Amino acid sequence: MNTVFKKSDPGREGVWPAKADKSASEMLPAGLLRVKPAGLPSLSELDVVRHFTQLSRRNYGVDGNFYPLGSCTMKYNPKFTETVAALPGFTRLHPVLPQLKGAGRLCQGALEVMFETEQMLCEICGMKAFTLHPMAGAHGELTGVMIIAAYHKDKGNKKTKIIVPDSAHGTNPASAAIAGYEVVNLPSKDGIVDPDELAKVLDDSVAGMMMTCPNTLGLFEKNLPKIVEMLRKVDALLYYDGANLNAIMGKMRVGDAGFDVVHLNLHKTFATPHGGGGPGAGPVGVSERLVPYLPISRVEKLEDGQFFLNYDFPKSIGYVAPFYGNFGVVLKAYAYILRLGGKGLTRATENAVLAANYLRKRLDSVLDVPYDRICMHEFVASACNLSGCHVRALDIAKMLLDRGYHAPTIYFPLIVKEALMFEPTETESLDTLDQFADDLIALLAEARANPELAHNAPTTLPVTRLDETRAARNMELTDDL
Amino acid sequence: MIPKDLKYAKSHEWAKIEGDVATVGITHFAQEQLGDLTYVDLPKVGATVTMGAEMGSVESVKAASELYSPVSGTVTEVNAALENAPESINQEPYGAGWMLKVKLSGPVDGLLDAAAYEQVCAEEAH
Repeated sequence: MNTVFKKSDPGREGVWPAKADKSASEMLPAGLLRVKPAGLPSLSELDVVRHFTQLSRRNYGVDGNFYPLGSCTMKYNPKFTETVAALPGFTRLHPVLPQLKGAGRLCQGALEVMFETEQMLCEICGMKAFTLHPMAGAHGELTGVMIIAAYHKDKGNKKTKIIVPDSAHGTNPASAAIAGYEVVNLPSKDGIVDPDELAKVLDDSVAGMMMTCPNTLGLFEKNLPKIVEMLRKVDALLYYDGANLNAIMGKMRVGDAGFDVVHLNLHKTFATPHGGGGPGAGPVGVSERLVPYLPISRVEKLEDGQFFLNYDFPKSIGYVAPFYGNFGVVLKAYAYILRLGGKGLTRATENAVLAANYLRKRLDSVLDVPYDRICMHEFVASACNLSGCHVRALDIAKMLLDRGYHAPTIYFPLIVKEALMFEPTETESLDTLDQFADDLIALLAEARANPELAHNAPTTLPVTRLDETRAARNMELTDDL
Repeated sequence: MIPKDLKYAKSHEWAKIEGDVATVGITHFAQEQLGDLTYVDLPKVGATVTMGAEMGSVESVKAASELYSPVSGTVTEVNAALENAPESINQEPYGAGWMLKVKLSGPVDGLLDAAAYEQVCAEEAH
């Protein structure tokens, strides 16, 4: 399929904008003027409609088929949340309104949604307060680590390190490093954090530890109470990466377990659209001692029931996002939480864990499952048992594409060789899980019998096997228009 | 497959020690585990490296991984060709894929010989 630029046929037109009253050179400084035309494609409206319709048909989404991408919780996003987010009372609001004198009363509904979402997230996680500002998971991580840094600075603590277990979510080390900390990698033992290993790296210079629980192997960190106790002794804070909240929501509150900071991924756990780079939302919750450092603004409720934005927090880390984060995403999560209620959220968790364990048991006779015990919402298998016939995790992932599935996460976490990480989520039926398992089992048999078939997959998609190495070595990110 | 004249670190780097200079690279086993390399980040000439400490990193299509120096000393030469041709490490890990030359700060101790390193690889392959 050609790009819209390649399809351009000079002279063809789709829109005829009104002629400007003045030329650009009368309105812009000389340095900002183009020296050559913009290189926009010349096409009719129908050409453009067909181009994008054809592109959209090549899209793959959970609305089309099963999407077991591990660590990402690609659950179905119920459509009623779109209806709520499209209500004109929300879409026609101007984001500056709450900051204008007297105009706060014109957007009380939106402020109430923000206030209540924060309250509900506090209830779900057992935290004291939340900010909705961070616009993605990694953004939430950075915000959370900055809050940890602000706490230590305020207390006069000299802290330089953040501990990150090797079973933690992949973005954690980067977030800690960008916040200015030295990252200490903590090897896990039998798939989880081991207090004896932690003791070897824990000292007064440790500002905090970032944990993913259940971790990226889908295993619950059962030494958590001991870990909390050890960290408290050196005034190190415990950070919860909410990537895997879908495994514990309604069952365990991270605040009750002793976590000081948590970020959630609304686009994972709370069923807002996910992928394509966003928009996501990564709200951050904190325990009582960290409340003063939350970003501004914060939404508050007056005694008369009015909501307003408070900017007066002298110890705040300041602004982390324009306006109030991705409000539309927050709105969908708000609708989702209210619709499911506490019982519904808990059932979602139960079904997510059940689905993962069902799939694990169906597949553990054909794939290696290195930590083959009851898992949480996802599990990691290994394609190592196919290395004898030179078939790798990558090949299996590509073969799945040919059968109409999205591939599982591969080569992550790094602690499992030839990793294939499956997360079916709670919204898949038993039929879908069985069909997927049957197809994968058949595919593995095919791959063993004929490795060449595996190496050539996919063959039915718009693009076949890509040369990933060449793409990484000779990156071409621009096109000369 | 594992050259007898080299010394090895458990973290899969090799060192060829000639007098007070060591040539350093990563092993065949390491490159095989990493997959096709796409980028190499090495210290500059004049930098100090310490045995067992991070000396740089490599990126492959699978992951980014740290490199640990198998020796201690000062970097006297860096294989500049790797910048544009990291595939040399995949193709010839013990030859054209060498990474650094290091002027040793003292006698080298604690590295494995080929037989002991082969054992390490056999254990990790499981």
